[in-house]
Amino acid sequence: MTVAAPRRGLVLPRWFRPNVSWSITWAYLALVLFLPLAGMLLKAAGVGPAAFWETATSPLALSTYRMSFGIAAAASLINGVFGLLIAWALIRSRFPGQRLLDALIDLPFALPTAVAGLALSFVYGPEGWLGGPIQRLTGLQVSFTPLGVAVAMVFISLPFVVRTVEPVLRSLEREQEEASWCLGASSAQTFVRVVLPQLMPAILAGIAQGFSRAVGEYGSVVMISSNVPFKDLITPTLIVQMIEEYDIDAATVIGSVMLIFSLVSLIVINALQVWGQRYQGGDASR
Amino acid sequence: MAFTIPPLQDIRPPRWVKPSFDGRQLLPALIPILACLYVGVVILVPALAVVVQAFAKGFGVFLDNFKSPELLAALRLTLIASAIAVPCNAIFGLAAATAIARHRFPGKALLLSIIDLPFSISPVVVGLMLVLLYSPTHGVFSGLLESTGWKVIFSLPGIVMATILVTFPFMAREVIPLLEEEGWEQEEAARTLGASNWQVFWKVTLPSVRWAALYGLILTTARALGEFGAVSVVSGNIRGETQTLPLFVEDAYKQYHTEMAFGAALVLAGVAIVSLLLKIAVEQLMDRDRSPGKETP
Repeated sequence: MTVAAPRRGLVLPRWFRPNVSWSITWAYLALVLFLPLAGMLLKAAGVGPAAFWETATSPLALSTYRMSFGIAAAASLINGVFGLLIAWALIRSRFPGQRLLDALIDLPFALPTAVAGLALSFVYGPEGWLGGPIQRLTGLQVSFTPLGVAVAMVFISLPFVVRTVEPVLRSLEREQEEASWCLGASSAQTFVRVVLPQLMPAILAGIAQGFSRAVGEYGSVVMISSNVPFKDLITPTLIVQMIEEYDIDAATVIGSVMLIFSLVSLIVINALQVWGQRYQGGDASR
Repeated sequence: MAFTIPPLQDIRPPRWVKPSFDGRQLLPALIPILACLYVGVVILVPALAVVVQAFAKGFGVFLDNFKSPELLAALRLTLIASAIAVPCNAIFGLAAATAIARHRFPGKALLLSIIDLPFSISPVVVGLMLVLLYSPTHGVFSGLLESTGWKVIFSLPGIVMATILVTFPFMAREVIPLLEEEGWEQEEAARTLGASNWQVFWKVTLPSVRWAALYGLILTTARALGEFGAVSVVSGNIRGETQTLPLFVEDAYKQYHTEMAFGAALVLAGVAIVSLLLKIAVEQLMDRDRSPGKETP
């Protein structure tokens, strides 16, 4: 392993070389993360390409992808709009209850998904506080339908855009906006031409994070959905059903598809954050 | 010729000058209202529902839930699994943070991304990965498990492993940015004064990141207590034996023991709310520590 020389041309001290903490890190990662990943790859490779493709593109699997990815995309886009709105309200205005709003945003991160699922399936159930009125007014049933899946995904992906946009919005220079309207731009023009382009990387990173989280979500969705194939069955629930039926090979195949999606989304999110660094004084490591 | 200068307070911008972007317009006033409405419907109403439903049949019924041996067993299992997983992840998190923040090497960004991986993998897939390794019938290690008689899947080790795998990034992610920001001058000074590695870690490194570490610990614990997807795949969900509290919530709801489900859910929601309050407190301590003059958001 090579280590770049520290700043100010100091001679590399002995303690700087690979040490205890370095060994613990790699041993732990190997045992906890790399071993399960390798096991999954091994099992997936054992399935064989033809069988893999057949299972991965079976009609049932395709219908769950449509459900998972489609609803997650809708939910994360909705949160893209409202996340920007909430971040704007938190940074650019002062109103009573702001601290409470700020604290509530983090609740979907903190609340166990089973609790979220229980609460949502009650609130949006046919007898629930919101589900009842919605059904009476519009005739739409929320729980046990794809709409319920969407509600759960909106809930769990809400914090992402707010939390990625907030720091960028805070560091924006007001002078730019003032210069813009001094030059005759309207509020809408200023927002679209001056503010939005600078926030865009953060918004997209937040949407991508929310999307990735919503696609993988299981706990809250499984409780509000009826889990009926071709109706509102999502991919993670399909994997669980396959494991329960001891169809481990099929579960491995669908699981690998999800794993590949996770890796791709991780790369996309990192790329968006690197892009966003241009607008933010460094620190994209968080 | 009378040429009077108007008094100062009468100078106002002419009508045609537009107010600044967030001036007194309708839209800026609407934004907080819309934001509050949205968060109210999406987050606050379900959160309140948990509290209201838990006490819907009175406080006595709520307390009676805790006489259920299945709920108590689930609570105990959750606490045991977290008590093993959280310290393991805390040690890893601190080791990884000191190792990564204090080294420069090619692929550092890649390693940070790899540590973040459990955040983007579906919990169900995490559970599946453990099943593929340790299942007595299908697992990679099935032969080894058979010869030694160890049981991982459908028992405590599997639940602990799932919890560890899902929660290990939190600590490292909170501590690394702070450690990189601080620089290593203080540690170098301690070493020139003759401190050993261990002394430097305990007396210099750890105190300088104590709030971030505490924050990471809170996040790890909250997530470990509430993990559902990964644990549900590996635990087998046997009532009173391998059922954790989040699994109990779902099971009770499915069995139409609604009060019991909401009672257990309130315990977990309480943990979540306490962790949020602690988080706010720790953030204020971190801000105070950084620089007294710096504005707090």
